[in-house]
Amino acid sequence: MDMKRDYYEDVELFKSGTILVWTVVLLIFLFTLAIYLPSYNIYLLNIIMVNVILAVGLNILVGYTGQISLGHAGFFAIGAYGTSLIMIHLHFPFIAALIIAALIAAIFGFIIGLPALRLEGPYLAIATLGFGLTIMHIIGRWDIFGGRMGITAPPLDLGISGSSMSWVIQGDVKIYYLILIITVLMVIGARNMMKTRVGRAFMSIRDDDIAAEVMGVNLTIYKTMSFAVSAFYAGVAGGLYGFVVGFFDPFTFNLILSILFLVMITVGGLGSIMGAIMGAILITYLQYDLLKNVENLPYVGGLLMTVSKKWFTVIGLANFSSIALGLIMIAIVIFEPLGMFGIWIRIKKYWKTWPF
Amino acid sequence: MFEMLLIEGLAIGACYGLFGVAVAIIYKTSDVINFAQGEMGMVATFVAYHILTVYNVPFWIAFPATMVFAILLGMAIEFCFLRPAKDPTVLGLLIITLGAEMLLMGLAGWKWGAEQKDFPFLLSVTKTHEIAPDLAINEWTIGVFTLTIIIMVSLFLFFRYSKLGIAMRATQQNVNAAKIMGIKVERVFSITWAMSSLIGAIAAMFFAARSVLDPNFMMEPFMRAFAAAVLGGLTSIPGVVIGGLIMGIIENFFGYAWPEWKPIVAFVVIILIITVRPSGLFAKHYIKKV
Repeated sequence: MDMKRDYYEDVELFKSGTILVWTVVLLIFLFTLAIYLPSYNIYLLNIIMVNVILAVGLNILVGYTGQISLGHAGFFAIGAYGTSLIMIHLHFPFIAALIIAALIAAIFGFIIGLPALRLEGPYLAIATLGFGLTIMHIIGRWDIFGGRMGITAPPLDLGISGSSMSWVIQGDVKIYYLILIITVLMVIGARNMMKTRVGRAFMSIRDDDIAAEVMGVNLTIYKTMSFAVSAFYAGVAGGLYGFVVGFFDPFTFNLILSILFLVMITVGGLGSIMGAIMGAILITYLQYDLLKNVENLPYVGGLLMTVSKKWFTVIGLANFSSIALGLIMIAIVIFEPLGMFGIWIRIKKYWKTWPF
Repeated sequence: MFEMLLIEGLAIGACYGLFGVAVAIIYKTSDVINFAQGEMGMVATFVAYHILTVYNVPFWIAFPATMVFAILLGMAIEFCFLRPAKDPTVLGLLIITLGAEMLLMGLAGWKWGAEQKDFPFLLSVTKTHEIAPDLAINEWTIGVFTLTIIIMVSLFLFFRYSKLGIAMRATQQNVNAAKIMGIKVERVFSITWAMSSLIGAIAAMFFAARSVLDPNFMMEPFMRAFAAAVLGGLTSIPGVVIGGLIMGIIENFFGYAWPEWKPIVAFVVIILIITVRPSGLFAKHYIKKV
């Protein structure tokens, strides 16, 4: 279908003029979206974009490099706590604090990448899982991190706080624009990276690490780099998340969160940037909006209430979101291993040659 | 004090080991890390709780009924979720079992609610027997040791001498060759899941007797048991039990010295150990070839 005739066609950011035009239209739509949406939906959009950044980053590690991580909530937590604490104690401007915190997360990613050189499959899963739990426990223990009570994010200041350079951003709409710019930059960055030497090295490691090594891909550098890049993305996402929700405690960053991140990229589609974005949007929407008050859903809600009264408990109906997410995860792997991206590809193929 | 800590650590460790064996049996035969193991045990324990408290039947009826339920649950999960997946990747299998975990956790929360309950177990933690001067062991510990030894010996005999056990080992080594030899591989998988679910349910009841019963109670023990299994090497069953014992002892002694770091010290030790020995302490490390 898409034949690539030379190298430059492969590394192009946009395949054709049509795609470029539609991308610009989409961006204009996103930048004006805040005007005609109510405030709560803007909050939801902010959470979605944070998760998009994280899912794109996790997909670099899991989908493109073929490693497993059950500890991304740890990097997420490092980003969130790092950004807030650097701003509170050192009075750095927001962007500088965000980048420093993300770099700290990347260093941790590099450290976790070192044992990952020798581990694979379940062994890597347990190592990353242990890392996530350790981070959660440490921030819950040390007083500088606010302990179990959690901390409140400082005012989002793009300039230097307490001086004439101060430029405080408040309200969901303004934060929306800030996050949107960062998200677009991060997504384009990831897409670009996958088209360079580094991205191709990642993919060769996923397909066969031994063959990759034979062809001259330095496994030590690229595996740890993949962990570091992925952790950097998680750190940026975490830093933004802290300001979206305003308040967070160590238990926000538990194992379930790491699992949800994995679900996003699996449901969306492993090894594709667009899949990660679609998965993050779907899962976040399901979790924060659709499945939050399941008894108010049309048609299904009444039925679920009847079932609850007869065989289950009404108070436990809130657990239905967990059931639905579990079923979605299982169904995606069984019926469509490529995820939503695979469905999208099939639709595209069908319409491309439509009358035939 | 030292003996008490040692015995308690060994008892907890045996429990981790038992649960780790449940994980390892599935991993050995079908290369699946079953993340739903903890929740399968949790649901089985809740069923036992339900039978005991709602229907008010004695323990010796409730226990076999729960065991039957656990066997059916294991078979059902294998049949409904794992079997339909067409040659899935390692990550795909992981996602399926994680999905099953969330599904079971949601179902248990829906049915029994999130409040913590006391599990009326036959062996109590508080009733103690003095076996030597200054050395008291509670009934729970005795039960764990007896059960672990019984299960280990019977597993050894099963895998060594029974036809089914040999078929399981054959499936583990090479699925296609086993098929050619006339082994019904799918039936072997089903039986494996049933066995694992059974052992997991027994271990989960012991955990429940020690702590409280709620939909999240198996999360922590499962991760410890999984870590212990990885420490011992997932493919060697005695290794898994020894890994569990090491884990229990480390955790108990460190927990005594620095109580606030108890939940993570075992993980740190395990990450360090598998960095040095990537396949665990007791499993043979195979170099992968192209």
